[in-house]
Amino acid sequence: MSTDHHKESFLTKYIFSTDHKIIGLQYGITSLVWLLVGFTLMMIMRYQLAYPGNPVPIVGNLLGEGGIMPSEMYNSLGAMHGTIMIFLGVVPLAFGAFGNYFLPLQIGTIDMAFPKLNAASYWMYFVGSIVMIVGFFVPGGAANSGWTSYPPLSVTATMGQTVWLLGMVFLITSSLLGSINILVTVIQLRAKGMTWMKLPIFVWTQFITAFLLLLAFPPLEAASVLQLMDRLVGTSFFMPSGLVVSGVVQNYTGGGSPLLWQHLFWFLAHPEVYVLILPAFGIITEVIANNTRKPIWGYKAMVYAMVFLGFMSFIVWAHHMYITGMGTSIGAFFQTTTMIISIPSVVILTTLFLSLWGGSIRFNTPMLFALAFIPMFGIGGLTGLPLGLAASDIHLHDTYYVIGHFHYVVAPGTIFALFAGIYYWFPKITGKRTNETLGKLHFFFSFIFMNGVFMPMFVQGLAGVSRRLWDGGEIYAHAADVLYLNEVMSISAWLLGLAQIFFIVNMIISLRGKKTGETNPWGATTIDWTDTTSPPLGHGNFETVPTVYRGPYEYSVPGADKDFTPQSEKG
Amino acid sequence: MADLTPEEIRHHVKTYVIVFVALAFFTVVTVAISYLDLGVGASVVLALGVASIKGSLVACYFMHLIDEKITVYWTLLITATMFLILMLLPLGNMLAQIKI
Amino acid sequence: MDIPYTVKDRPDTGLYNGKLGIWLFLGSEVMLFGGLFSAYVFLRTGAESWPTGADILNVPLATLNTLFLITSSVTMVMSWASLKLKEFDKFKLYAGLTLLLAASFLVVKYFEYTAKFHHGLFPSTNNFLGIYFTLTGLHVLHIIGGMIVIFFFWMPGAKMWESDPDRFTNRIEIVGLYWHFVDLVWIFLFPVLYLL
Repeated sequence: MSTDHHKESFLTKYIFSTDHKIIGLQYGITSLVWLLVGFTLMMIMRYQLAYPGNPVPIVGNLLGEGGIMPSEMYNSLGAMHGTIMIFLGVVPLAFGAFGNYFLPLQIGTIDMAFPKLNAASYWMYFVGSIVMIVGFFVPGGAANSGWTSYPPLSVTATMGQTVWLLGMVFLITSSLLGSINILVTVIQLRAKGMTWMKLPIFVWTQFITAFLLLLAFPPLEAASVLQLMDRLVGTSFFMPSGLVVSGVVQNYTGGGSPLLWQHLFWFLAHPEVYVLILPAFGIITEVIANNTRKPIWGYKAMVYAMVFLGFMSFIVWAHHMYITGMGTSIGAFFQTTTMIISIPSVVILTTLFLSLWGGSIRFNTPMLFALAFIPMFGIGGLTGLPLGLAASDIHLHDTYYVIGHFHYVVAPGTIFALFAGIYYWFPKITGKRTNETLGKLHFFFSFIFMNGVFMPMFVQGLAGVSRRLWDGGEIYAHAADVLYLNEVMSISAWLLGLAQIFFIVNMIISLRGKKTGETNPWGATTIDWTDTTSPPLGHGNFETVPTVYRGPYEYSVPGADKDFTPQSEKG
Repeated sequence: MADLTPEEIRHHVKTYVIVFVALAFFTVVTVAISYLDLGVGASVVLALGVASIKGSLVACYFMHLIDEKITVYWTLLITATMFLILMLLPLGNMLAQIKI
Repeated sequence: MDIPYTVKDRPDTGLYNGKLGIWLFLGSEVMLFGGLFSAYVFLRTGAESWPTGADILNVPLATLNTLFLITSSVTMVMSWASLKLKEFDKFKLYAGLTLLLAASFLVVKYFEYTAKFHHGLFPSTNNFLGIYFTLTGLHVLHIIGGMIVIFFFWMPGAKMWESDPDRFTNRIEIVGLYWHFVDLVWIFLFPVLYLL
């Protein structure tokens, strides 16, 4: 027990705290705010898609003359929606918030390996996110060349793109510092008896995610520096010779390659999508094991599959580039690796699914989100297959089919997993319970409207409707038959937004509720639940640091008196 | 490294001096080679080869990699693999590009 | 309660936290410079023409710089070895020499850069110069960063030698690993940019 209770000011205790739990909460609150902002940008975009050229209600005056959204503004909203959701929302929540708060608790240690570095990485993220938002207020508005920032468009774009690049440098640095912390913490600070194969799957996913971030992000940082040089200093790393824009020959030195940017960008951005999904797998596994009251089926298979997935994620990236004039041999290489990488995902989904067999399933709110994750991620994964095969990708690339595919994996995929995590761990963080009725309403309406927004996208994509069209395809004859779906999707999106009110209200009233005094209301086996108070002790987490004797999911052990046996219980 | 005796440290210091001389020597060698007209392939192989020798000396002796722990070796192996992927695949892509 | 293995090695890994942390960081740095090297290879292979480094850049000056950095690597590891031998004054001497050599490197780079600008050669002039300035510029930033940290431990941070000598020694070891890496990058940068 720490006896070092030096007087802490409000600043050191809450703002510049080095305690992993406070930092986790900082990441959590900040990222939830940004998720709401990113979602709002999308709701505005969807008005334009449903009613192209009509004045946008409420926020119209911020967008353009007479409340009508100009195409450049649509492009900004699109680029920033993607950027904010991925880099300011999902990853900081999945990795920064959940990782920081629960990883030390689950491995039985008192804090992360480098607490000051941890605080620094949060503040880097915070500053980076502010820089990103500043883009909206510079002349020309925010970045509008897609979250993918392809040159030559991005190099010739307005000032907002420079701001985007600077923001990325901060965010990438934050990520790198965070990854180092997670990796050293897992390798060095596991409690006595916590061997690798006794780690909760949540910890494994955070560990692998950290490796992906550590090694995949730096080439994008390098590429961002190169693009900044192109924009600010006049280099031509990405600018080809003889570029003509709107009939005017551009005055660049030339000799550069737009494809170079694509390679360096996707070298990160493909592992990035596994960064988006791995923590979700981890959370879902915890929730499913807990709510089936039985061990996970295939723990080892899951671990090996995830490690293999992590490795493979580095050699598939050019499946985002099939139509760049890629040679058939190299296209075949990437197609093969892409097909292979679907195998571990299937293994993981299968182990989760089979884990339900013979379970005593409790249908509480976190479990509902976790159960829905399985088919939703399944749809996302299956729709990835025609994209991973070069021949079909020629038809589907840059259409709404792609948008449908990746949103299924991230939205009713990862974000559902994150909601599951929030509902599951809320009692540990606060010592209070959430309202089950509001939780279930949040779930049911979110589930319905998620599908309402994203399922029609496959239809539109197969019909050939391109992505990033500010009028939703209105101008194209081949889109005519499927144009009505725009309004369907937009209404679903707005109703999806309304459904989140159940969540927000639930959080508010639950936070104001009374503490229940329970430290392990779900009857979980992992030591974050069994050996800490709710919330855990401020300094040091544990009254006494536990020793681990068992695997992470010893539920319904024959002959035991309870239907769960804590990891720290002697055998 | 926490349990090295003064004797061992002094032995290490001798190694550092030898490595320094070797590094200086290879620096001169690599500059000298560059003045020879050997053609692209040989020049690249020799320049990178000598650099690799120098780099290995720095890594093994100054950075003590020669008696480091397995965890560090694993980290470097994974990094080296990703580095090679990053160096070779974009290049492979470009060389296989369809020429119009 | 203190965080374990900040100074003592964890038995099964044989490492203290900071050492593992710095190696992981260096892994990410390999990928950062790797991204730029990959760009160099990509651009040069795809280019119709590419100048010879020696025609534009000053090889003798860069050779001198290479020797400065190699020597600074030796003085850096000697500063750590001095601490292991409990010779604090020698540490101060070697760390000071490291800073002096690093500063000399920067001075030479300053003259190199300004000479280029004076002759109308800028990053935007062609992609060779673009990648040259970017690679060496990023490297220079890493040298400056390293110098700041070494200076901190040379001057104000040296107090820790009194309160916790083992922890201080470990910190110097960690800084040394970073510094050797910066030297390593130059060992590859030099032939690639100047000699090929």
